[in-house]
Amino acid sequence: MTSARRADPARPGSTALLGAAGLAGLLLVIELAPRLGVVDDRYLPPASRIAAALADEAGTPAFWTALTDTLLAWSLGLAIAVGAAVFAGIVIGSIPVLRALTASTIEFLRPIPSVALIPLAVLMYGTELGSTLLLVCYAAFWQVLVQVLYGVADVDPVAFETARSFRFSAWGRVRHVLWPTALPYVFTGVRLAASVALVLAITAELVIGSPGLGKEIAVAQASEAVPTMYALIVVTGLLGVIINLLARTGERRLLAWHQSVRGEVAI
Amino acid sequence: MLEVKGLRKVYRSGSREVEALRDLTFTVDNGDLVCLVGPSGCGKTTLLRCVSGLLDPTSGDVRVDGRKVDGPPKGMAVVFQEYGRSLFPWMSVLGNVELPLKQKGVGRARRKQLVEQSLDAVGLTGTASAYPWQLSGGMQQRVAIARAIAYEPQTLLMDEPFAAVDAQTRADLEDLVRELWKRLGVTILFVTHDIDESVYLGQRVVMLSSSPTVVQEELAIDLPAERNQLTTRADPRFIQLRTRVYEQIQAAKRNAVR
Amino acid sequence: MNTVKKILLAVALPAGLFASWYFLSAGSENFYAPPLRKILVAFGDTWSLDRIQADVLPSLLRLFAGYLLAALVGVGAGVAIGMNRTLRAAVEPVLEFFRAIPPPVLVPVIMLFAGIGDAMKVIVIVFGCVWPVLLNTVEGVRAVDSVVLETARSYGVTGAARITRVILPSAGPQVAAGLRQALSIAIILMVISEMFAASNGLGFTIVQFQRSFAIPEMWSGIILLGLLGFVLSLLFRLAERRALRWYEGLRAAQRQS
Repeated sequence: MTSARRADPARPGSTALLGAAGLAGLLLVIELAPRLGVVDDRYLPPASRIAAALADEAGTPAFWTALTDTLLAWSLGLAIAVGAAVFAGIVIGSIPVLRALTASTIEFLRPIPSVALIPLAVLMYGTELGSTLLLVCYAAFWQVLVQVLYGVADVDPVAFETARSFRFSAWGRVRHVLWPTALPYVFTGVRLAASVALVLAITAELVIGSPGLGKEIAVAQASEAVPTMYALIVVTGLLGVIINLLARTGERRLLAWHQSVRGEVAI
Repeated sequence: MLEVKGLRKVYRSGSREVEALRDLTFTVDNGDLVCLVGPSGCGKTTLLRCVSGLLDPTSGDVRVDGRKVDGPPKGMAVVFQEYGRSLFPWMSVLGNVELPLKQKGVGRARRKQLVEQSLDAVGLTGTASAYPWQLSGGMQQRVAIARAIAYEPQTLLMDEPFAAVDAQTRADLEDLVRELWKRLGVTILFVTHDIDESVYLGQRVVMLSSSPTVVQEELAIDLPAERNQLTTRADPRFIQLRTRVYEQIQAAKRNAVR
Repeated sequence: MNTVKKILLAVALPAGLFASWYFLSAGSENFYAPPLRKILVAFGDTWSLDRIQADVLPSLLRLFAGYLLAALVGVGAGVAIGMNRTLRAAVEPVLEFFRAIPPPVLVPVIMLFAGIGDAMKVIVIVFGCVWPVLLNTVEGVRAVDSVVLETARSYGVTGAARITRVILPSAGPQVAAGLRQALSIAIILMVISEMFAASNGLGFTIVQFQRSFAIPEMWSGIILLGLLGFVLSLLFRLAERRALRWYEGLRAAQRQS
C-alpha cells in the first residue's frame, strides 16, 4: 500500500538467461576479435584455443600439483590468520585498556601493503611455501582482526551487565555473550579474508616463484605459451568465483543457524 | 481542473494479476481541497501515483486542465508520506527546497525569495542550513511542504503526509495545510486513511471502496471555511459528517469481506 | 587531562615497539635483521631528495593516474549498469568473474599488449582497481531509495541533475567503499608491476636492494612503503569523511531514534 521498494519484476529465470547470454557474448568477442584481426592473436588467442590449452593443462599432473599447492597455501594461511586474529581480537577487544593502547598501532600496520613484505619473505624462506604463507597470513590477519574488533565493540552493554549480575565467569561471559554477538562479524571477516588470501597466494607464487598456479603463469609467460597463460588465469578467476560463492553461502547458512540459536536464548 | 476518468490499474507479476483500481471517476475543481479516504489497502497510493504521472494506468486516464497526464505534469507538486526518504539527506534544507526550482530554470534571485517565503510560511525560518536529519519528524514534513509550495504548483498532491507524525504535530500541520490552501489558492488532493482528518480538512470527501477500488461515495463538507481544532471538531455537523463517512468506509470493508 | 591520556595511550605502544626493536636489535649479528639504527641511517642515506624524485615520484604518478582513471571508468560504467536492470543482469556474471581474478596475474597479460613502459603499469592499475569501484557503484545505484527517485521525478529533477544530484550522492557511501578497496589494490599493483619490469620506482628499487643483499636499504624501502600505505589511507579517510559528512550524521541520527 505505502510505496515500498518496488520488487524486481525480472524473474530469476530470465536473469540467469541474461547472465548466460552475457558470458556467451564475452566468449564470442574473445573468439572473434583475434580471428578477425582486431587484436593480434599472439597477444589474445581465440577463446577456443584458450579452452584447448585449458584441456591440455587439465591432463597434466603438474597442473593438479600446482592447484593443490595454491589451495594448500591458501587454506593453511587463512586458517592461521583466522585463528590468530580471532584470539587477538577477543583479547584486545574485551580489555578496554588494550583496545585503547593498540588502536593506533593497528591503524598504522593495517594499510601497509602486504607486497612490501615480498623481499623479506624471499630472504627468509626463498621460494618455499613459507614465503607464500607469510604474505597470505599478513594480509588475511588484518581483515579478520578488524571485523572481530567491530564485533566485540557491538556487544550490548546491557547483555554484558546482565551476565555479570548473574556472576558469569570471565570465560562464561566470552562464551555466552561476547562470542555470539561477534560471530556474524567473524564470518564477514573470514569471507573478506578468503578472497584476499587467494589474491596474495597467487601473487606470491607469481612474483616470488613459490610453487602453485601463480608460478605456472610466470613460467607460461616466460616460455611464451600465451594460450596456456590465459587458461591458467581463467582458472584463478574461477577459483576466486568459487571461493566467493562458498564463503557467501557458508556465511548465510551459518548465520541462519546463529539467528535461530539466538532466538532460543532470547526466550 | 483535475479529471480522473475510468481509471483502472492492474499489477502483473509473473502470471499473477492483481487488480488494484477497478474503475475510478471523479473530478477536482480548480481551487478545491478534496480528501480521498478509504480503508487501508484500498489502493490510495496507487491512485495518487497514477494522478502524479509516476505510474501509467492500465486503462482510463487522468487529465489536468484537459491535458492528459503521461508523466509528472508541470505545475504539480507531491508531498510524500515518507518524509524521511523523500527529502535528500545529502542536501541541506535549502538545497532540498531549491533543487526543483533550479531544475525549472528559476533565476537565482527569485529562487532565494521563493525559498525564504516558503520556509517562513511553514514556520521554519532560519533552518535553511540544517540537514533534514537534524530536524524532528514534524519539521521534516514541513520542509517537504515548503519544497512543494516553493515549486509554485497549481495542484498539490499529498499522500498521507501526516501518517507518521505524532498527534499534536499532526493537528498543527493540518491547520498549516488549510491556511496555505486559503492563502495560495492551490488545488489540493489530500489522501488519508484518517476519517476525522478528511472531514476536518476537505471541502469535499471522496470515499473509496476496498480493493479493487471504485468510488464509494462523494460528500460535500458544508462546514464553515474557518476551521478550528476545538470548535470544528465539537460541531454537531462535523460529528454527523464523520459518522456518515465512517459508515461508508465500514460498508466498503464489509463488501470486501463478502 | 583526558586528551593527554588519549595521546599517551595512542603513542605508548608504537613507542614501546619502536624502542624494543631499536634496543633488541642493537647488537644483532643476524645478516637479515640488522640493527634498527643501521636501517634508520640507511633510510636517511637512501631516500634523498634525488632518489625520491627518481623513484618515488614516478611510482606515485603512475599510481594516481591509474587510480583516477579506474575511479572515473568504474563510477561511470557503474552508474550506467546500475540504472539499467537488463544490462545489469547480462553483465553481472562477467563482472563477478573479472573481479575474482587476482589482479597481479594481469601484469603478464598487459605486458603482452603494452610492453613494459609506464602505460603498462597504469593499465595494470586501472584493470585491477576498476572492478571493486564498478561493482560497488552498481550496488549503490541499485539500492537508491524508490521514494527518492519518485520525488526527483515528480519535481522535474531529470537528466544530468538526476545523476549528479540524486543518484551519485545517494550511492556515495557505497562508491566510497569501492574506492577504498581500490586504493589498496592500486598500491599493491604499483609495487608488483614495478617488481616485474621497470627501470625505476619503489618496487623496482626495493627488489634491487634485496637482490644485491643491501639489507638495511631494503628494510628502509619496506618502511617507506609502509609509511606510504598509511599516509594514503589516512588521506583517503579524511577526504571520505569530508565528502560523506551527511551520511555520518544521518546514521548517528538514526541510531539515536
